[in-house]
Amino acid sequence: METLMTITAGVLFTVGTYLILSKTLLRIIMGMSLFTHGVHIMLMAINGLKRGAAPLLGEEAESYTDPVPQALILTSIVISFSLTAFSLVLAYRTYKEHGTDDVEQLRGQEND
Amino acid sequence: MTNLAVLPIVTPLLFGVLLFFVRYRIRLQMGLATAGTLATLIFSALLAHTVSKDGIQVLHVGGWEAPYGIPLVADMLAAILVTISSVVTLACLLYAFHALDDERKRNYAFPLMMILLCGVNGSFLTGDIFNLFVFFEVMLLASYVLLSLGGGRIQLRETIKYIVINIIASSLFVIAIAYLYSITGTLNMAHIAQRIAELGQDGLTTTVSLLFLTVFGLKSALFLFFWLPGSYSAPPAPIAALFAALLTKVGIYSIIRTFTLIFPHQPQITHEIMMWLAGLTMLLGALGVIAYWRIKQILAYNVIVSVGFILFGVGVASEAALSGAVYYLIHDMIAKALIFILGGAIISIAGTDKLREISGLIHFRPILGWLFFLSALALAGVPPLSGFVGKVMILQGGVQAKAFVLVALGLLSSLLVLYSVMKVFINSFWGETLLSEGEEKSTGKGALLPSLILAALVVGFGLGAEEILAYVRQAVEPLVDPSIYIEAVLS
Repeated sequence: METLMTITAGVLFTVGTYLILSKTLLRIIMGMSLFTHGVHIMLMAINGLKRGAAPLLGEEAESYTDPVPQALILTSIVISFSLTAFSLVLAYRTYKEHGTDDVEQLRGQEND
Repeated sequence: MTNLAVLPIVTPLLFGVLLFFVRYRIRLQMGLATAGTLATLIFSALLAHTVSKDGIQVLHVGGWEAPYGIPLVADMLAAILVTISSVVTLACLLYAFHALDDERKRNYAFPLMMILLCGVNGSFLTGDIFNLFVFFEVMLLASYVLLSLGGGRIQLRETIKYIVINIIASSLFVIAIAYLYSITGTLNMAHIAQRIAELGQDGLTTTVSLLFLTVFGLKSALFLFFWLPGSYSAPPAPIAALFAALLTKVGIYSIIRTFTLIFPHQPQITHEIMMWLAGLTMLLGALGVIAYWRIKQILAYNVIVSVGFILFGVGVASEAALSGAVYYLIHDMIAKALIFILGGAIISIAGTDKLREISGLIHFRPILGWLFFLSALALAGVPPLSGFVGKVMILQGGVQAKAFVLVALGLLSSLLVLYSVMKVFINSFWGETLLSEGEEKSTGKGALLPSLILAALVVGFGLGAEEILAYVRQAVEPLVDPSIYIEAVLS
């Protein structure tokens, strides 16, 4: 199962990188979002999926699943959610202000 | 156990949140922001004093003992940096009171600056590597908003680039933390360091450390600085000054912390790479410094040169070089804020940042002119100002480590830095005045108080080097011997 998850993460990284390298702002933001999802899945997979009972004291099991990666992912999801929301608003404002969403035309010019 | 270590984080956060509720009462906002930053400064200075007396202060947040909970670790390095950050933020705030327009003041510029300070202080004080990521994000999110605030065309364009770079860097940061967690099974930096020291730093761990170097390199503009000149020249001067003084420095601090505490075992790979990257950063930064005729660009490239210089000291990693790096880091935070504030004042008086269109400002702004001259000398490391001590110690360390090429690069870049700031000074202050009295775009008086405070510090840190060095030596002790830090956290 870990292998499958790792491959999934790899696919997400690939698609994310492809989208980030494209030229429209919306695609770039989608790409970053997918990239972050890839990170989360990988974080879960490389630290081992379900290894035992839920990490609660009452379970009295032989082994417990490590809760730390899940806590990290939860934090990271919240952060990436807010970042995606902010960058969408920013991209919209930039589009309104510049009249284009093509990053090629958003280069810094020497004299402005 | 003392709660003192959390106060430099909580105070700016509480005041920042409070400021959101008094949006339209600008005078009240100014008062509260000043009070909040002053309080942070006092708590930080108290913290530094306590650390100098009683050694490293560790606070296990919520009573969860290490390695399970998140510790806040105030060693001397963190305590000094927190104190200097508070001073610099105070100076930038004082300048912002005058230099920011009402529109920005009403739209949460001050609360965001406080929250930025919260993120910066948190990054310095935390002892948990994932918590470091979280505080990085707090700081960065505030910086995204500050950078785009006002919504000019250039600002929006540069914010897009800045945000894309930083989101990708943050993703890589989480990946690096995930790898490190799967290798060591812990997130507490002291605990990670202990486990890596026991297991030995094998190839896999070294690879992960290079990923960390890439991430912090992106954040601190070590070689991967292509985003910096654009985004640091876009926002208004007080905000640019805050960015130049604090943001890259947090990246540098993270490199110092991780590579002295967690990954010090393979210096022939990691530190060697870091040194050459630092050399290239100095060289390319210095080329940028001499290439431009616009104040904003020249100052932005100056940030890059000093990042290279500090990390050269970190790469050498001897006691002398590390002391120099820490000293220079402290100096650079103050000097960069100072020169950005003064540069901003020049631009606001002349109404342009093109050097060829500014001339003769000394005739009606003599104090500003001499302050700029002083800060230019400090930036280049002329004795007896604060840049000199750090520079000498880093170069001494470099010579002892026989890194002669890099020492030469360091000296060359200092020379070019001196040339570039003198170019700004001569062009904007000397010569025939192009503006007659009353024609200037603004008075530039708002810059005087904050720059006098910072200039006093620059002179004081140069003349009182012996006093400061005692603190710096204490800051370097846990860097040279990580077991001091580890024992303080885990016992």
